[in-house]
Amino acid sequence: MLTWRPSASLAALRERSRCLGQIRAFFAARDVVEVQTPMLGARTVTDAEVESIAVHPYGFLQTSPEYYMKRLLAAGAASIYQLGPAFRHEESGRLHNSEFTLLEWYRLGFDDRQLMQEVAELVDDVLGRGSYTSLTYSELLGGVDALKLERDEIDLKFVAAIERLGQGRFFITDYPADQAALARLRPGHEDVAARFELVIDGVEIANGYWELQSAAEHRRRFQADRDRRAQLDRSDVLVDECFIQALEHGLPDCAGVALGVDRLLMLALGETSLDAVLAFRLDRI
Amino acid sequence: MASYSTNEFRSGMKVMLDGDPCSILENEFVKPGKGQAFNRVKLRNLKNGRVWERTFKSGESLDAADVMDLDMEYLYEDGEFWHFMKTDGSYEQIAAAAAAVADCKDWLKEQDVYQVTLWNDDPIAVSPPNFVELEVTDTDPGLKGDTANGGTKPATLSTGATVKGVPLFINIGDVLKVDTRTGEYVSRAKS
Repeated sequence: MLTWRPSASLAALRERSRCLGQIRAFFAARDVVEVQTPMLGARTVTDAEVESIAVHPYGFLQTSPEYYMKRLLAAGAASIYQLGPAFRHEESGRLHNSEFTLLEWYRLGFDDRQLMQEVAELVDDVLGRGSYTSLTYSELLGGVDALKLERDEIDLKFVAAIERLGQGRFFITDYPADQAALARLRPGHEDVAARFELVIDGVEIANGYWELQSAAEHRRRFQADRDRRAQLDRSDVLVDECFIQALEHGLPDCAGVALGVDRLLMLALGETSLDAVLAFRLDRI
Repeated sequence: MASYSTNEFRSGMKVMLDGDPCSILENEFVKPGKGQAFNRVKLRNLKNGRVWERTFKSGESLDAADVMDLDMEYLYEDGEFWHFMKTDGSYEQIAAAAAAVADCKDWLKEQDVYQVTLWNDDPIAVSPPNFVELEVTDTDPGLKGDTANGGTKPATLSTGATVKGVPLFINIGDVLKVDTRTGEYVSRAKS
């Protein structure tokens, strides 16, 4: 049924505006600079579980500003953040919308632990102060045996486990090395990645890395993504050579995180669906 | 036969699962950060009414079930089957077995209209309207002012069903309006 009316209430949208202001003030106080990189890019991510929206003849709506922001860092930018839309094909549900608002930031000289601390401070600003429990990925899944399962089953167990955590703020740390994405492996413990996620009241809010620097290792992981895409019968994605060039030039030591702003706002308002915080949900565009 | 992919699932859609026709109640998209996408689906098995929860990988599909809900008039029971007639003027009749009629037999009154669910043209379920009117065939004579039982008593209806919470002033031969969802007395029907 066609409806012209907004999904969110006008009061929620006012709250949204206030929250965006709060986030910008948080970074201004820390001297982290806001940047705006293209939403429409020629290339996209190889990640097997993320589908980009192609826009002919330009390229793709970006699934996150990660590669552009890292190109800025390689070019010598200091700590930076970006607050804007990101796009993912065929993601729609209570906690998903194909277009969503992502807050992504990079801190020079930080490792994952320091960045987790800063994520907690930002969340405290928006939701009010709370306490945070850290547990490793294998603790969350009830032991290392779970990590020997097929990837599908592991993903299912993960989804069930974060729901079981219930109310509260949880950092999931030390992801298995094969789920490192673009995090470096933990020095001295190379079976785990220096990757974390923040889960609040059963909702995934943020995903962060102590960033991988090696261009060669990036290339290896991108190829592994492409192999998995082929195995899953998904369309091939070419490696972003501009990004590789930037890595070869040198990404500074840094940690970075992406945070779902719509979901955070949803929790701030005590809501349970993104409908409550999006001006126009996918079904009304 | 057509099939539906998880991202087409909508509530009310009829699909086949484990050989039984089911109606989709809810479909929730679930996706961990960098992991695989799933759909957690609640379905009602149309043969036995049970609600199932299943998790599918996004993109998986289920065959469509050839299921139709028809308004039909109840005619009679022959000891083995319950007979219904289409209300579209065709006078076409179908016979439903006990498994399909199930609890609805408590609310069947000749010439009233019920919803019959057909799967591959076979009746698999019969649903009563939310309210039915049935005659009382047995109940204790209630004494005015007797409030020992909260002022109510049970009554047996023409179908054999027993309804609780019936006021004391109701007598044999009265017609009661009953809520079929709760099995409770609503009022005395004006007759």
